[in-house]
Amino acid sequence: MNFDLSDEQKMLAEQMRGLLGKRATPQRLRSLIDAGQEWDEPLWRELGELGFLGAAVPDVYGGLGLSELDLGVISEELGRVNAAVPFFSSVVLAADAIGLAGTQAQKARYLPGIASGETVATFAYAEGSAGWSDPAVHAVLEDGRLTGTKSPVADAGVAGLAVVLAKAGGRLALAVVELEQPGVLRTKLESFDQLRAHYSLRFENAAATPLEGAAAARVMPMLMDRAAVQAAFEGVGGAEACLHMARDYAAGRKIFGRSLDSYQAIKHKLADILVGVELARSSAYYAGWAAVTGAEDLPTSASAARLMAIDAFERAARENIQVHGGIGYTFDANCHFYYRRERTLALSLGGRERWADRLIAHMPGRQGQGNARGREAA
Amino acid sequence: MDFNDTPEEAAYRVAARDWLRQHAPAHELQPGTRLSDSEEVQRGRAWQKQLADGGYAGILLPQSLGGNGGTIAQATVFGEEETRFRVPKGAYVGIGLGMALPVIGKHGTPAQIARFAAPTLRGEMTWCQLFSEPGAGSDLAAVRTRAVRDGTDWVVNGQKVWSSWAHLADWGILIVRTDSSLPKHKGLSFFVVDMKSPGIDVRPIRQISGASDFNETFFTDVRIPDSDRIGAVGDGWTCAMTVLMGERLNQGGHGNDGSITDLIQYAADTPRDGGTALDSSAVRLNLASAYAEEQAERHFQARLRTMVSRGENPGASASIIKLAYTSRYQKLAGMALELRELAGIAHAPDDIATARIMRDYIWSTALRVAGGADEVLRNQISERVLGMPSELRADKNVPFNQL
Ligand SMILES: Cc1cc2nc3c(=O)[nH]c(=O)nc-3n(C[C@H](O)[C@H](O)[C@H](O)COP(=O)(O)OP(=O)(O)OC[C@H]3O[C@@H](n4cnc5c(N)ncnc54)[C@H](O)[C@@H]3O)c2cc1C
Repeated sequence: MNFDLSDEQKMLAEQMRGLLGKRATPQRLRSLIDAGQEWDEPLWRELGELGFLGAAVPDVYGGLGLSELDLGVISEELGRVNAAVPFFSSVVLAADAIGLAGTQAQKARYLPGIASGETVATFAYAEGSAGWSDPAVHAVLEDGRLTGTKSPVADAGVAGLAVVLAKAGGRLALAVVELEQPGVLRTKLESFDQLRAHYSLRFENAAATPLEGAAAARVMPMLMDRAAVQAAFEGVGGAEACLHMARDYAAGRKIFGRSLDSYQAIKHKLADILVGVELARSSAYYAGWAAVTGAEDLPTSASAARLMAIDAFERAARENIQVHGGIGYTFDANCHFYYRRERTLALSLGGRERWADRLIAHMPGRQGQGNARGREAA
Repeated sequence: MDFNDTPEEAAYRVAARDWLRQHAPAHELQPGTRLSDSEEVQRGRAWQKQLADGGYAGILLPQSLGGNGGTIAQATVFGEEETRFRVPKGAYVGIGLGMALPVIGKHGTPAQIARFAAPTLRGEMTWCQLFSEPGAGSDLAAVRTRAVRDGTDWVVNGQKVWSSWAHLADWGILIVRTDSSLPKHKGLSFFVVDMKSPGIDVRPIRQISGASDFNETFFTDVRIPDSDRIGAVGDGWTCAMTVLMGERLNQGGHGNDGSITDLIQYAADTPRDGGTALDSSAVRLNLASAYAEEQAERHFQARLRTMVSRGENPGASASIIKLAYTSRYQKLAGMALELRELAGIAHAPDDIATARIMRDYIWSTALRVAGGADEVLRNQISERVLGMPSELRADKNVPFNQL
């Protein structure tokens, strides 16, 4: 056994950290919010030029052909700085959806653009509160035309393409839709996360290209598991950033004649966060490895990684503000980026309960039994 | 024991309800409408004046302060009835009633009481609290803002921070250091200060919510007449404690469980997997626990009020309610977003309910710090309620200028 990242992966992390430390600074994030920008376009272009956006895309389609673990390393670093780029939408979800469900010709058509960053894509799966389970999907795909409403859809303001989950002949189907066409109406929503804009997308007889390489019903759970792994990495990065912010702030703050970090209440609080972060990181590694190897326990390990990461990030984001005291509640103290991103990550892909259901349903010996009420687990 | 209203309380409730039905609707804020800070303060002042006209402005305050000298039960009954209406009741009015009047009433001179009590009760004079400084929050006694005696005046220099509504307040309650050769708690004095005094500069601080209702307040050679000193020179800490104890006892609201019943209704209305979200046992457990906690806080508060009504001092027990309330509030708002599942990520402009939950989740993080942070409350509970020893402190009994 060698349960550690490879030297190359560690170098990749270093490289990302170096770049993002310069580009995705808190000042940069604040100025994006002030300017009403939905993304950091120059950073996106730079990530594209360096090949990071095509990390997990096979080289025949213009990517680097690296693994899901390499992608995880990138996700973690993006999470650490709360980067305002549509990486999760375009690379983690849309590219993977096309990679899993598209024909060769379709992959050749769409993936190179996404891998270079030229094309920004998003993945439109939700319809209101309910997730992506079969009965929740009402959008209809018929004869290459799509009608229905998907909401919320992340990054749809900057995306040119959306992979849309719909129903064709009563069955789940995936289709690629150009967003710049008369049959598509984008309405911006009020997003909790000020650095990840969400939209409601209304399709009226919009031209759509069905992905015909594999059945959507088979692709969706796998796609979501694989995305859950990346969300876990992103959450681990965010949680660890909060932990370090809190530690560093406490070291410099004097209260009752002592530095704040000398109080056991603070030390224990941060130690507990660290325990959460390290466990979550370990779960993410394992689930990443399961994704790489196509292990049959991917559903349980991805669900576990997701649950662990949500818990760790939730606690870290809340307590980071707490340790900062009044300063933590100011816009300039930067804690809020994480406080908002944390909820967004926790809710996207469906929340804890959905993943708990999925975990239980796929426990060894229970596969396919669903839960007590026979609901199809997400 | 009897949780129900006594006949007198029941009669008081009926009268209060009638009065509110008649007068509150005209003052209500419409859900979803955003007022500017100054409009909101104007509305708050107007409602306070209405309360004063109706004899409900200072139910608990002694008659010597222009209040009604009523019972804590009456104040509670009125508070419960009042929360049924969306009347403007922010800190812009609350600081004057809950902080300035008690400290002036207890430590001020008859002339000071005569000058400040009536206009404050009528909403004609609003207040801010000028306590915290960049280097003095939980450790309030570390304040560095100085006041130096000059004839019949004091000259104040320094900086306060997190001063809620200071940009719109008429007066401030202020704690400053008047003698730095004494240990930190001993060299402090307490003042009221006219916010229009030359040399006061109030600068807004941008909050994570997007609002800027607290401020940095700078003092440059601000002259305060000695007649605006509250209590004796060197008694500042005692005065500040009067303010903080009042602040804590008033935390936790009036047991308004509206948000939880709304959430239960939301869950019942949200289709999920062929039924509704309320069919989920995880949702039921979370909502039921939140409701149970909320009720328990309410009942704990009733016990505290009973103690107070008997003249007992609940002391640090009052911290229990704040600690419980604020952590539940954050947990509940976080859970409310999860209950909305993907729809909790972003909402349509007209979805006021989700917008409010998002605001709650942000605001809850301020409440865990403002008016006594969690960790400080835990220290108080362990030290003053449980009688455990305090942590070692290097700064006690040492002259402030030698720290
Ligand atoms: C929304 C809001 C409104 C406010 N309004 C006003 C106002 O109108 N007027 C005013 O004067 N002030 C106001 N305050 C300030 C408030 O009183 C202070 O924020 C509070 O006292 C905490 O001080 P601090 O911010 O300096 O944090 P710090 O005291 O620096 O605390 C930082 C962290 O350290 C923890 N800590 C402190 N001591 C210990 C210990 N011994 N052991 C372990 N941990 C410890 C705290 O719990 C906190 O988590 C407001 C604050 C907020 C958030």
